[in-house]
Amino acid sequence: MAQRPTGVKKSEARTSPVRFRHKHLLQIADLNREEAESLLDRAEHFAPLAEQKIKKLDTLRGRTQINLFFENSTRTQSSFELAGKRMGADVVNMSVKSSSVAKGETLIDTATTLNAMRPDLLVVRHGSSGAVELLSQKVDCSVINAGDGKHEHPTQALLDAFTIRDNLGHVEGLTIAICGDVMHSRVARSNVALLTLLGAQVRLIGPPTLMPAGAERWGAKVFHSMKDGLKDADVVMMLRVQRERMAGGFFPSAREFFWFYGLDEDKLKFAKPGAIVMHPGPMNRGVEIDSSVADNPKVSVIETQVRMGVAVRMAVLEALAEHGANTEKA
Amino acid sequence: MTRPTLIKNAKLIDPAKNKVEDGAILFDDKIIDVGAITSAPDGAEIIDAQGLHLAPGLIDMRVTIGEPGAEHKETFKSAGRAAAAGGVTTMVMQPNTTPIIDDQSLVDYVLRRGPDRSGGVRVLPAAALTKHLDGELMTEIGLMAEAGAVLFSNGDKPIVSARVLRRALSYATSFGALIAHRPEDPYLAEGGVMHEGELAARLGLPGIPAVAELIMAERDLALAELTGGRLLLDMLSSAQTLPSLKRAKGRGVNAFASVNVHHLVLNEQDVDGYRTFAKLSPPLRSEDDRVALTHAVTDGLIDVIVSGHDPQQAEDKRLPFEEAAFGAVGLETLLAGALTLHHNSDVALNTLIRAMTLKPAELLKLPTGRLSKNAPADIILIDIGAPFKLDSDKLRSKSNNSPFDEKLLQGVVKRTFIAGKTVHGG
Repeated sequence: MAQRPTGVKKSEARTSPVRFRHKHLLQIADLNREEAESLLDRAEHFAPLAEQKIKKLDTLRGRTQINLFFENSTRTQSSFELAGKRMGADVVNMSVKSSSVAKGETLIDTATTLNAMRPDLLVVRHGSSGAVELLSQKVDCSVINAGDGKHEHPTQALLDAFTIRDNLGHVEGLTIAICGDVMHSRVARSNVALLTLLGAQVRLIGPPTLMPAGAERWGAKVFHSMKDGLKDADVVMMLRVQRERMAGGFFPSAREFFWFYGLDEDKLKFAKPGAIVMHPGPMNRGVEIDSSVADNPKVSVIETQVRMGVAVRMAVLEALAEHGANTEKA
Repeated sequence: MTRPTLIKNAKLIDPAKNKVEDGAILFDDKIIDVGAITSAPDGAEIIDAQGLHLAPGLIDMRVTIGEPGAEHKETFKSAGRAAAAGGVTTMVMQPNTTPIIDDQSLVDYVLRRGPDRSGGVRVLPAAALTKHLDGELMTEIGLMAEAGAVLFSNGDKPIVSARVLRRALSYATSFGALIAHRPEDPYLAEGGVMHEGELAARLGLPGIPAVAELIMAERDLALAELTGGRLLLDMLSSAQTLPSLKRAKGRGVNAFASVNVHHLVLNEQDVDGYRTFAKLSPPLRSEDDRVALTHAVTDGLIDVIVSGHDPQQAEDKRLPFEEAAFGAVGLETLLAGALTLHHNSDVALNTLIRAMTLKPAELLKLPTGRLSKNAPADIILIDIGAPFKLDSDKLRSKSNNSPFDEKLLQGVVKRTFIAGKTVHGG
């Protein structure tokens, strides 16, 4: 049983959450609706912690968490680091450049080496789709996918769903438009899976060149025009356009992309009045989103997303830690 | 307000119909009525056509104009004069100017300066499909379409990278934009100057094999099928390509094709004697190819007939054959050239006119090119049997590189109206 957190106010003390069945969190596709909702419920419990004077719990005291990032990341890595520290774990950050990966070690060698150090939780980001799953097969601890190539980014989807629930009260029945570079986005893939699982109607909007083949069979509806796709949307979720895509010939220019797909006040009017705007960050202002929208506190929940990110990751760490410590087997 | 005009006693060639009908037409800047008209409003100008043929003004989907950048070859003004005299009321201008039309400001320039200088002939820009026409990165298709580009083309340069063409076709679908592509494998065609065959061998000239067209057309059609894009195979020359096009159209691929009028009337024999004025790209091919192309026009397999107007100065043509420039002027001879097929009973008159009016209008989503109420009054009166011997020195174009020089043709445009205003004859 997880130790009851001591830093939480008494009024918010909770009933013990359902034990999480999975050892790893590799992809949303592995979760059923009950499991996904129980993670959000756990997050709800941790969210108020950030507003308290003492933000630290001891749930994961004595556990070791390694953040292994093969791709540069500021916000996801620090969010996981804070989440681990607030849960009381010892957190070690390993970035690519200081590791032996740069010296030619294979992914599996790295996994074996790290496993010998007996971490309990391994948070991994890697540029290749499926690399995190491969690594999870070679270690004894729990592995959390913090983004693998163009495949999945499950904690981002969880924090997005949590932010939506926090703002609009529920996810079920909402119309949620995900806009921009769907083809290269792991955030989009995880969100389509999670939000449809939670009962939302998901739409994908983007130029045909940035829409992966077969996307219409993901359970989401595909649009190539913001006007059609945003009609009656409750949530507008913008995706980051990677700089390197702009020179890659998927679309002609940042200027044209912004004209047709960039979210500004005019295009936001196509959505339902009161619709909220989300972005996983970091934003390209003037490419996929206009500052007038991104910085408007009446519509933008982008900052909330970041705040919720820590709570959601605490929830995930807690759920996985229930599987016990990584000790040498008898 | 344009003063209403009634043209009576005309033989109406309505491209939406399959036969010529006697009748009249009443129009101001738009067509008010057409068919059996008994009375004209007060103050209308009444013209007795005395049995001349009447058709919508022609839409030429492939015109090279030297302005801006090569004004010594052709300007809006000289092209406009030639077009009006040839019955062409709308010119779709190729993007290979200097600078290349690959930016919305240049689209805007053509739309504003073109008709101002062309004497009223409509000028619509075909924008470049790739930046600098180098076949690598697509242009701002959406912004240029909004600015008024009617189609996107890489000019005479085929796009070698299938990935680039795939992305451009795919990207263009969200704007419904038409993409014109010249199918010719540049490696097979490299160095070639005429149709590959016995004649080229005898003349000692390097040939361009017909499969150079087939191979790339097959690729382009497969990409159009994959992406759902609207593809115009620009200026087909070979019979071998036609079955591929037919199969693709049969599968519902959004594919269309055009043919240069010269390829419907002339063949490789016109090159014999090293006649550089008949040096075209794609090359004039065999008589069998020519006949197959005319059948494809009749069947509607080939949608559009173009002039391929490509002005070249004499100094670029009066060279040894291999060194001479490709290309021929055609604005003034498009109609008379096409009418050759009518006079020879090869292709029906309405079919020919349709391929130069209604079909291009539909492909480009233009309101012109038809004899129907409320359509813009772009109208031509034709003395269809009038014979003449083409003297290329008398062409109104700034360049006179016509392979029809000294040939006997029939069909003279007596009067051209654009938006109800006379721009030629009268």
